[in-house]
Amino acid sequence: MNKFWTILSHTYLTKIKAKSFIISTVIAIIFVVGLANLQSIIDLFSGDGKDEVAIIDESGGLIDGFVENAEQANDEIDMVVYEGTEEEAKTAVQEDEFKALIVLSLDDTGLPEGTYYANTISETGMQSFFEQQLQQLKIIMASQQSGMDPATLMEINSPVSFEVVPLDEAAKTSEELNQARGIVYIMLFVLYIAVMSYGQMIMTDVANEKSSRVMEILVSSAPAITHMFAKIIGIALVGLTQVGALVLVGYFLIQSKQDELMGGIFEYLGFQDVSISIYIYAIVFFLLGYLLYATLAATLGSLVSRVEDAGQMMIPMIFLIMIAFFIAMFGLNAPDTTLVTVTSYIPFFSPMIMFMRVGMLDVPVWEVAISIGILIATIILLAAIGARIYKGGVLMYGRSSSFKDIKKALALSKKE
Amino acid sequence: MTLVINQVTKKFGTHTAVDRLSLEIPEQEMFGFLGGNGAGKTTTFRMILGLIDMTEGEITWDGKKIDYKKSHLIGYLPEERGLYPKLTVKDQIIYLGKLRGMNKNDALSELEKWLERFKVPDYLNKKVEELSKGNQQKIQFISAVIHKPKLLILDEPFSGLDPVNVEMLKEAVLDLKQQGTSIVFSSHQMQHVEELCEHLCILQKGKPVVQGALRDIKRSFGKKNLIIHSEFPLDFLESFPGVVKYKALAQGCELQIENEEISQNILAEIQGKGFLRKFELEEPSLNDIFIEKVGASYE
Repeated sequence: MNKFWTILSHTYLTKIKAKSFIISTVIAIIFVVGLANLQSIIDLFSGDGKDEVAIIDESGGLIDGFVENAEQANDEIDMVVYEGTEEEAKTAVQEDEFKALIVLSLDDTGLPEGTYYANTISETGMQSFFEQQLQQLKIIMASQQSGMDPATLMEINSPVSFEVVPLDEAAKTSEELNQARGIVYIMLFVLYIAVMSYGQMIMTDVANEKSSRVMEILVSSAPAITHMFAKIIGIALVGLTQVGALVLVGYFLIQSKQDELMGGIFEYLGFQDVSISIYIYAIVFFLLGYLLYATLAATLGSLVSRVEDAGQMMIPMIFLIMIAFFIAMFGLNAPDTTLVTVTSYIPFFSPMIMFMRVGMLDVPVWEVAISIGILIATIILLAAIGARIYKGGVLMYGRSSSFKDIKKALALSKKE
Repeated sequence: MTLVINQVTKKFGTHTAVDRLSLEIPEQEMFGFLGGNGAGKTTTFRMILGLIDMTEGEITWDGKKIDYKKSHLIGYLPEERGLYPKLTVKDQIIYLGKLRGMNKNDALSELEKWLERFKVPDYLNKKVEELSKGNQQKIQFISAVIHKPKLLILDEPFSGLDPVNVEMLKEAVLDLKQQGTSIVFSSHQMQHVEELCEHLCILQKGKPVVQGALRDIKRSFGKKNLIIHSEFPLDFLESFPGVVKYKALAQGCELQIENEEISQNILAEIQGKGFLRKFELEEPSLNDIFIEKVGASYE
């Protein structure tokens, strides 16, 4: 146990002190700070005054209602009635005096129509905004022409009441679903990134000790399995330190801008009133998922002789986690499908997919228990096989780094 | 604390790396392993350390199997040198020392003593990758002995060192032996084994071809070397009965003879033929024995 701690703390401290770790953590923190201030940043860039849009009304009677409605609906836009010819107005737009020009007129039936002029028409937001405004104006005018009472019109225009109610009492309401979706989203991303980056870290670390040949001294001092798990957990702690730093920064940011964030992006992500059980599931599946992939990474890392070959070994692992990630993403919109249900029991996928199901559906506890059970059994099995491969693999040197080496490594650790 | 290797066999698939090896290495002894490349020396060491399991047989130390509970009593210098290139000598040795059950302060004070002894005290805070290969090897050696092991396994300890450093390391090894460490080491170079070991074993293709005390091995080998310097031609001795090998030298010749009686026959033969400068009967060198037993193909 003593040696376990020695290796663990050595792994942890050398990683924490490494320049690459410090730099990547700082970058991540900057990213988080940026994300929290996203609204201010957007405002900063778009805050340089309103867009001025010129308007010419050929019919004479449309302009008041249109300008009023448009400015009310979008306070980023300033409508300017242009007192000149259409040609002059177009030139003004070309000279960047105005963002765009709208020419309104009436068609044969007395209903409004419009033309939108701008230097480029790639920015579709403003175009469709004016199109909508004109459409509304048209509806009002058309209904007035047909003699409809304005109150009826209001009635027609008010949104329809459409409620989604699940009959199964335990099923989640659509509100709960939206909230769960946010946290599931985050967890999927975090697990994906953690497996990719810390898995890589474990693998290169093992490959490093092999290529510098210090491994033989290490395994003569402490059993290979102790070494392997001290490494896995040491790097897990490195990961927790990094994530912890981010969470801490995030916490202070939230504290300082609570009002701004609550109800904004946070409501969308569903952080406010998600039940505590989903956080517990998130932690459990995250830890198990990490352990599974980390064990695989350490096992594969023990097979390569040079750090350069580690990337190659990483590929199958990346595929596994990517498949899991994409199924889970697909499942966010269709959590009830057979594919999702089946894959939520398959060990390499279950940390993501079962968690997604727990978040999105009402999954019976025993189903989750089975999935976790299979996951734990697989981790133990993989650890047992991994330790054997590791024991042989760390003494094995060669140019090749194929899966045939697994057999060779196993043979080396066996009696014959 | 005798190390006993009893009928040990190691097979890798169909290939037999070590074949029924039996040895006894007494306490406070220096034991030499000789053998060409692929003779099974490193495999044997790895089995002693428990890094790989043997197919058959058993290895005991002080009557018990060696496991990781004893790793603080064992020191190992692997053939492939390896240290963390990016770590300083200090961090490196403290870490490896801790893994051998030392605490930080003991490891540091021992390290300082050793660096002083190897005349490189300023290496303490240098990164290993900044050191020359020979100096890295000194650090590697320190990592193997920092915890004062009772059993020290050195796989090719002197390869790649200049003569001054070889002497320095040899002295260190002899001192450790004086302090009660049993030392097992392998070498390509006969003179090191001849100089340092009481007992030795020559391995060939996993089989021990010669083993025992150096003196006994030499005596039982039978053949002797005879060196003659003279002022008359000696080439007729090449076909003299009892002469196994003939090697011409600038001033005479060196002969290998079947037994020491032959030397007297030769002396009788060459007397009166001219001026005789030197006539010397020598014990065979380990190199002669090695070549005889392992085959002239080596080296």
